[in-house]
Amino acid sequence: MIKQRQQRPVVDPRLIQPILRTGGAYYLLVALLAAVVAAGLYVWIRQIRLGLAVTGMNTPVYWGLYITNFVFFIGVSHAGTLISAILRVTGAEWRRPITRAAEAITVFALIVGGSQVIIDMGRPDRVLNLIRYGRFQSPLLWDVTSITIYLLGSITYLYLPLMPDMAILRDSLPTEAPGWRRRLYRLLALGWHGGAEQRRRLERAIAVMAVLIIPIAVSVHTVVSWIFAMTLRPMWHSTIFGPYFVIGAIYSGIATLLIAMVIIRKAFHLEAYLKPLHFRYLGILLLTFSALWFYFTSAEYLTTGYGGVPPEMRVLNAKLSGEYQAAFWGMVAAMSIAFVVLLLPHLPAPGRIRLPAFRPRFAAATGVAALLVAVLIFNQAGLVTVLTN
Amino acid sequence: MPRWGMVIDLDKCTACQACTVACRVENNVSFAGPDEYRRGRAIFWNTVVGVMEGEFPEVRAEYIPMPCMHCDNPPCVKVCPVGATYRDAEGVVKQLYDRCIGCRLCMQACPYNRRYFNWQVPEWPGTFTAYRNPDREPQPRPKGIVEKCTFCEQRLRKAREEGRPIGSDDAEGVVPACVETCTGGARYFGDLDNPDSIVSRLSRSPRAYRLQEELGTEPKVYYLRPGQWEKES
Repeated sequence: MIKQRQQRPVVDPRLIQPILRTGGAYYLLVALLAAVVAAGLYVWIRQIRLGLAVTGMNTPVYWGLYITNFVFFIGVSHAGTLISAILRVTGAEWRRPITRAAEAITVFALIVGGSQVIIDMGRPDRVLNLIRYGRFQSPLLWDVTSITIYLLGSITYLYLPLMPDMAILRDSLPTEAPGWRRRLYRLLALGWHGGAEQRRRLERAIAVMAVLIIPIAVSVHTVVSWIFAMTLRPMWHSTIFGPYFVIGAIYSGIATLLIAMVIIRKAFHLEAYLKPLHFRYLGILLLTFSALWFYFTSAEYLTTGYGGVPPEMRVLNAKLSGEYQAAFWGMVAAMSIAFVVLLLPHLPAPGRIRLPAFRPRFAAATGVAALLVAVLIFNQAGLVTVLTN
Repeated sequence: MPRWGMVIDLDKCTACQACTVACRVENNVSFAGPDEYRRGRAIFWNTVVGVMEGEFPEVRAEYIPMPCMHCDNPPCVKVCPVGATYRDAEGVVKQLYDRCIGCRLCMQACPYNRRYFNWQVPEWPGTFTAYRNPDREPQPRPKGIVEKCTFCEQRLRKAREEGRPIGSDDAEGVVPACVETCTGGARYFGDLDNPDSIVSRLSRSPRAYRLQEELGTEPKVYYLRPGQWEKES
């Protein structure tokens, strides 16, 4: 028998509150989202019946919104596990309140992103052919493998630190709580009692996972980019695509995390835990990655533009002054605004004029802008298909 | 073992597009209709691409008939996740219709855009049913998969079964439908590895070139450059 610990941990009731009480707004939201899912299911069935023509795709726009969504959500998934693991490995203690939200975003975004590929398939009923006849020479198989490992790894990485929390819930549930909940938490806590040996082992497991998950996360978005880069399409067939996608993924991931934090903070009254400090630090990370994005984009466009190879110039001109100029310059504008908003508070202010840019409200606005930017970027990556002859 | 290839003499091609029509009928390529054609969802295993050079009045139009290039180093085969497309022992790039999952990565990989996806259920509306022969190979492909030119694999197979010669070298030789129908006699088909065959000899002509040779895809469809024309004053 495992001996129950004598002293129960003192838990802030605000942290358990959302688990115990469910408001009307929650059910309304669930109903709303269920309606969206039902509508999506209806049009998917229609697409299966009539064919992919209903999406508006054609020759040579072989891929469209589904693959864009796939890239976008796999990118967003980098918010979580990767950031949380890097912060953990580097010993950034301020990370603690945000890691759970970050890791949960990863798992959910991966599920959404992965399902996009199934929806995009002409014959989703043949998805098991990927296992029966899978060829590792194909970049698509790299994707299947790498995303599966990342999903399983992320679930593990989310679950490990969750174990002691499940034990807290198990031990501090009020007596009137339904029995299935008690059983669920007992099951998920896996007999956690917080002994020294248990703690040592869990710490070790988390530390190992944190180190392992970083190369896996980097490989995931690199491999996503390789689906494009391994073809001979002008401006896709480029060595910059791997790191470019990883940078973009982390950038949009941080933005998503910021938005999620604002919502969680407000909805669950966690102002004491998600402090302005967290928004400020994540803001600096976002700033860094937008600078990196600028650097990568400049490197890519200058190299292409200076070389002036006609097939590549057709793609570049489509972005700069052609069909996709609205998307491209919209991206530049949104990114510049986000950059300035993030940078201002760090500049030595003349007199006392300082913009309160790191209040959560402003951080949220920045996050939205950055997210918008990421959407625009991936729209381009997904949709620009130019004939090579 | 032969290595099938094709040569298209652009000086003899009149851009009549009989090759495109013959190909559709031979291979049961589905009807698209004007609306879907405008939306870019029609399937053309063979098509004739027009290229304009120069500015009016010093303009020159060139028409390039394009079947699958049947590359010796096919980028489409490389990327297929399930091995639904492959290069057979005679160099023909084929598609396994009942294995393809419809991911369309091969279409992105093909630098010649010579692969087509069935965006909708194939149909032959109204009188067009007359153009569909239910007995003939290959059967129409279902929606959701990729299809492409096969150098009329069914013709080659039948010829072998019946012991008939294959290629343009023999007056009775079996050739793909586009070659057989070509009104200008611009197309030749045969074994590139046989140094005496017409295609082999023409492929070594100084006029011979292949599309986007710099990509290293090693296409087995050769073109003979049109001659230089002087504008009469």
